[in-house]
Amino acid sequence: MCISLLGFPGISKADQYRQGLYFHKETMLNCLGMSFVLLLSAVGAATVERAQYDYYKYHPMSEITSWMEQMVKDHPDVVTVVKYGKTYESRDISLLKIGLNTGKEKKAIWVDCGIHAREWIAPAFCQYFVREILQTYKTDAKMEEMMKNVDFYVTPVLNIDGYIYTWENETTRLWRKNRSPGPEDCACYGTDLNRNFDANWGTVGVSFDCCSNTYPGTKPASEPEAKAVTEFVGSRKDIFLCFLTIHSYGQLILVPYGHPNYTAPNYDELMMVGKGAAEAVWKVHGMNYTVGASPDVLYANSGSSRDWARMQGIPLTFTFELRDNGTYGFKLPEDQIQPTCEEAYSGALHIITYAHDKTFSGAVANAAVTLWSILLAAGVTGATLM
Amino acid sequence: MRLVVVLAVLMGVSGIPDVTISPPTASADTSAHPNSIPETADESEQMEGAEEDVMATGELNPNHYPARRAAQVVQHYLNTRYGSPFRLIGVQTVHSGNAEDVTDSRRKYQLELSVNDIISNTTQTCSAELSFTKGKGQQPPEVKASCEELLKIDIKAQEEALYQKYKTSQTLMSAQYLPDSHGHIKPDMEPFWHLGILASSFIMLNESTENTLYNVAQVANITQLTTEEDHLEFDCHTLLHEMVSQEIIHWKMLFTWSPAEGVKVLQMKRLPHRHEREKSPKTN
Repeated sequence: MCISLLGFPGISKADQYRQGLYFHKETMLNCLGMSFVLLLSAVGAATVERAQYDYYKYHPMSEITSWMEQMVKDHPDVVTVVKYGKTYESRDISLLKIGLNTGKEKKAIWVDCGIHAREWIAPAFCQYFVREILQTYKTDAKMEEMMKNVDFYVTPVLNIDGYIYTWENETTRLWRKNRSPGPEDCACYGTDLNRNFDANWGTVGVSFDCCSNTYPGTKPASEPEAKAVTEFVGSRKDIFLCFLTIHSYGQLILVPYGHPNYTAPNYDELMMVGKGAAEAVWKVHGMNYTVGASPDVLYANSGSSRDWARMQGIPLTFTFELRDNGTYGFKLPEDQIQPTCEEAYSGALHIITYAHDKTFSGAVANAAVTLWSILLAAGVTGATLM
Repeated sequence: MRLVVVLAVLMGVSGIPDVTISPPTASADTSAHPNSIPETADESEQMEGAEEDVMATGELNPNHYPARRAAQVVQHYLNTRYGSPFRLIGVQTVHSGNAEDVTDSRRKYQLELSVNDIISNTTQTCSAELSFTKGKGQQPPEVKASCEELLKIDIKAQEEALYQKYKTSQTLMSAQYLPDSHGHIKPDMEPFWHLGILASSFIMLNESTENTLYNVAQVANITQLTTEEDHLEFDCHTLLHEMVSQEIIHWKMLFTWSPAEGVKVLQMKRLPHRHEREKSPKTN
């Protein structure tokens, strides 16, 4: 439209003016400017829409899926979606792989949320966690370093079928398990995914009544959701420094193992790091999180994803039980999403930083040892020569 | 010599590097785990009670579950005694505890704990004594606790106002799903959410053992009923969450409330609730 204002070649300016064809420059600039503004508004509206994802409201699964795709669009060089399984109802189980590409295989951090459908604050945390690391790595040198050295694998909702079910209506809100039908003669749906992993499966903290909320399934990893994690993490177990699984409620940081007769070989380290995380949590909003092995501070259980991960050799595996302590329980009000996520992020970051530094800041010590060896050799040689 | 000193300093400053990722000592095959104790087929069928049989005795770790569960029982007791639509009590911290077997079937706990009124956010330290019976003929736990400081915040005016409003109203109130799925409760319905929790506290107190931890997951329905007497009367359906089994248990109650008398539960009935879990019923 504004092209016509540029003038008509072949006709002298005087003639253009006489013919009303020569427009004042300002008008032309106005025209271009208006078009540009219109264009910007269109882009701006789209941008504003994206920037307004509300991390402090609960989102249904369709919105979480769109959000995941948007994260890839917004950060194409840092984020990819990886589909690693299917739920019982054939939905894709996806994670966000986040890291600065270095072209070589990297160590990794695992975070999963929403193993239990009714624990809505957990998927909310995973979304917040992703937003936070993507925001801070650009300005925070430590996070940038960690993004370079490790990849973050974040599954916002593992038990997708169950999560969708809890959104159906008020009577389904408190569903916990997945939605597989279980054995044929069973009158009820669902297996407790956090009793279904191959870690002392079916021993304690379970009920073989298939209608029970702690029904562990027909055998270890019988459930497609548990199987997906088992296969994905299991085939890459040596890259994982850290495995965090997020639940609610209870305000706890749990270390392996759930079985009272088993102690993790690095129990002392796990307790030390866990207590550091709890202190980091407390510093944010003054909330107390209790740290301990599940059989000590909560109850004995078996077949949890955390225990399975530890048994794979992943050294730092923790379960987070987020707010609250029972007042609202699973139905944590939305105005508590932000403070809960902030404190949990701080706790998770403490563990992640420890896991990272154990592997990568050791490079400094490695260099010192190498220097020692060289100098020692030189010294010995020198002494001999003298 | 100087060289050795330099090297020693280097070592001291940087530290011996820790082992990075070591291969697992525990294999995925659980029976080969260094700490494993072989499980027999019988044990695998037991319910969660198996490992609970050996209970902590003597000085209790305040962070461990025996003290925490006992404290929760004290919370339910305090709500039956001191609770109000404007006063709701929660456990804040367990400071110390002690447990002992009094007889073959009775265990006694002593606790020092801090509780707070969730509404006014005031905290008080209390001492409590409770005893659980176990085995056959299980009875509700007996609790003795005194937390008089909780009564210091004056809520009489609010209670009277609420009572008068609903005593004289032309319509009977009714509310569902407190809180709703997103954790929200309309401000004028909050006192009824509290009442639902208080009435449930009588049930939670009765049902508690050393192997349970109860909270109210939701007040599904609370409906006012007509009555000529000097109290408000309610029919109420609440969902309790029992933490150890992770089950949601439905209870129906008939209860009354007045500022003078507090909450009195007239009837309570546990509901068998399967329909949300059941597959499509086969034709009978």
